[in-house]
Amino acid sequence: MDSTQKPPARLLRTAWLPVTTALMIAAALALTFFYAPLEAQEGFLQKIFYLHVPLAIVTLCGFVYGGLLAIAHLRTREVRYDVRSYVAIHMSLIFGVCVLITGSIWAKGSWGHWWVWNEPTLDSFLIIMLLYCTYQPLRFAIEDRERQARYASVFAITAGAFVPMAMIVVRLAPQYVHPRVLSSANNLPAPMGATFVVALLAFSLLYATLWRLEVRVKLARFRLRALQRLALERAQAPLRAPLASPGAPLLVPSTASADRSSGRRRQLAERGEVIVP
Amino acid sequence: MESSSPALELRALGRRFGERAVLRSLTLTLEHGQTLAVLGSNGAGKTTLLRVLAGLLAPHSGRARVLGAELPRERELLRGRIGWIGHEPLLYRALTVSENLSFHARLHGQGRRRVAELLEAVGMSARAKTPVRELSRGMLQRVAVARALIGSPQLLLLDEPEANLDPGAREALEPLIGRDSRCTRVLTSHDPQAALEEADLVLGLRDGAPLLLEPPASIDRDRLSALYSP
Amino acid sequence: MSTLPENALSAPPRASVHQPASGRPPGAARVALILLGKELRLELRTLESVPGMALFALSAFVIFHFALNRAALQGDLAAGVLWVTILLAALLAINRLFVADAQQGGFEALALAPVPPGAILAAKAAALLIYLLVLELLALPAFALLLLAQPLAAAAFGVLATLLLGDIAIAVIGTLVSALVIRSRARDLLGPLLMLPLLIPVVIGATSALSPLLAPHAPDLSSWLSATGLRWLAVLGLYDLLFGLIAYALFEFLLED
Repeated sequence: MDSTQKPPARLLRTAWLPVTTALMIAAALALTFFYAPLEAQEGFLQKIFYLHVPLAIVTLCGFVYGGLLAIAHLRTREVRYDVRSYVAIHMSLIFGVCVLITGSIWAKGSWGHWWVWNEPTLDSFLIIMLLYCTYQPLRFAIEDRERQARYASVFAITAGAFVPMAMIVVRLAPQYVHPRVLSSANNLPAPMGATFVVALLAFSLLYATLWRLEVRVKLARFRLRALQRLALERAQAPLRAPLASPGAPLLVPSTASADRSSGRRRQLAERGEVIVP
Repeated sequence: MESSSPALELRALGRRFGERAVLRSLTLTLEHGQTLAVLGSNGAGKTTLLRVLAGLLAPHSGRARVLGAELPRERELLRGRIGWIGHEPLLYRALTVSENLSFHARLHGQGRRRVAELLEAVGMSARAKTPVRELSRGMLQRVAVARALIGSPQLLLLDEPEANLDPGAREALEPLIGRDSRCTRVLTSHDPQAALEEADLVLGLRDGAPLLLEPPASIDRDRLSALYSP
Repeated sequence: MSTLPENALSAPPRASVHQPASGRPPGAARVALILLGKELRLELRTLESVPGMALFALSAFVIFHFALNRAALQGDLAAGVLWVTILLAALLAINRLFVADAQQGGFEALALAPVPPGAILAAKAAALLIYLLVLELLALPAFALLLLAQPLAAAAFGVLATLLLGDIAIAVIGTLVSALVIRSRARDLLGPLLMLPLLIPVVIGATSALSPLLAPHAPDLSSWLSATGLRWLAVLGLYDLLFGLIAYALFEFLLED
């Protein structure tokens, strides 16, 4: 596909997302610092809200998205869905660490402690992060790559379903009977709400950009490895041939090697390991 | 319907482990009641082939039809129809011989009678109450044979079945898993000569690729040894 | 076996060994029962799980006594100590749940036999649930005796209902996680690390339900139910149901290969 397109079209196809992301991040920052009014009680510190809350929402959506992609992997067994699921969770983990750090800073500024146990959203976020921290150790403790993908998908689906459940159950817990401390997006004054929406959009785009980049790098690496394997097999094929008896009628590697390699290539493409241009 | 199709039908079957191909482009057909002997040195892909045929490993490319079931899609249809005798006896070590066997018998809808029948057939009736962990390798193999046959399988997959057997046990088990069993069989062996005598078809594997696929009568010593040459 | 008359065996056995199967393969529920029977028989034979869990729970109570420096506990502290102990004891059994199958070829034997994946899940979860119930049968009196400030009998129904629903969650999630980590290196470490976050909602639910029952003036059953009990039992029940469905849908993918 790429090769048939003219260079500008190709550039447009790959560049629109990072460019839009950069513009949106700039817009979100500008709105945060120059448009959104100072909050009456917390003052300047409250600006961290436009970073912390959108990041948290994007993180959680990313975890759930990773679970949905894992369902697609188990249904199709295609490698690319596993890669997408892995990258979604990986990105969410990185975003999630930022959420915990910004949340901590906010807590220190507002209540004087780096961590407080009176904010159910933050507490359930911590529990969810604790669970997802085991995703990579589990994944890389399984050696067979196919089984690794399958087991990681089972984890991703279970954990994806756990995300909303943990949020709900933690919120019901008796220690949160008093009203919530942090304002949510519902009852914000209009300028704050608008800034929040722009920031949420900007961080969603940032997530999407980074996700797409890493997925492409990973798939390209798989493709390279598959091609290397193909080259190796082709190089070995003439070595094996003389060992076989010429008279054997049922001898199997009988198809022309060119046919075989294109068939092999198609198979790899079906498995999502080689992207046929 | 399945009796009209061959017992085994492989078309360009392939399987990898990570980046390494362990089975490459394997094509063969085996009729019901025939015996296929798989030869090759260690790591040639013999056990992997058996595991694919048992539905324990999914093929990565090509087609595999076993007892009429398309793998891996119709794997469920194979359950209970394959007798597997491998390197591991697949028995719970803490349970007795008869507890292990009646567990498997009940899974196949069989009763105590079947257990007694098989214990007798493998010559282990006297050891029925012995915990499996106290058995010698040869006895373990006898019980493993009984376990494999308890569901009256249509296809026997035998991974070096004689590796742990003394001559007496070999003789005792011969009618059960040997040629006289009249089962469709796929067997691997370290002893090519013995395998040639048993087989209707010989498959020689080297690095997962078929070097040899023909009836035993037409195979000479040189081509056999090419399988094992370094 | 030995109950069979001699002459039944004197017929030439070899001819009949390869005869087509006469019996019909059992249904999924029956298979689950057969598997559960095997599981319990293995546990009775090896005693690898339940005695260890019980001893662990007893030690944990003693440790809590000294670590908290209290002779008697009540309310949410009592509920927390009880649940933490049960949870950690459960981890011991969960770590062992699939070891015999992985090491002695049980997985392969079951993959070759006519056994649906759902039956394996049900049998393993039921076995784990039975281990937990036996553990509680032993640990609860010990807890009441050693640590609890007031008699337990008044609140028995509420306590048992909460424990049962919590145990189901531990059993279902434990089976899923145990199967998930069994083929990985460092499974002894990964199992608990995965289990604990997944069970935090269960701890929240169970301790919230229990703490009024273990308070100095325990409410009677109906006032407990209408105050908080019913809500938390419902939360635990829903959690059981949801994870039961997830485990049922995903378990077959863990048995392949």
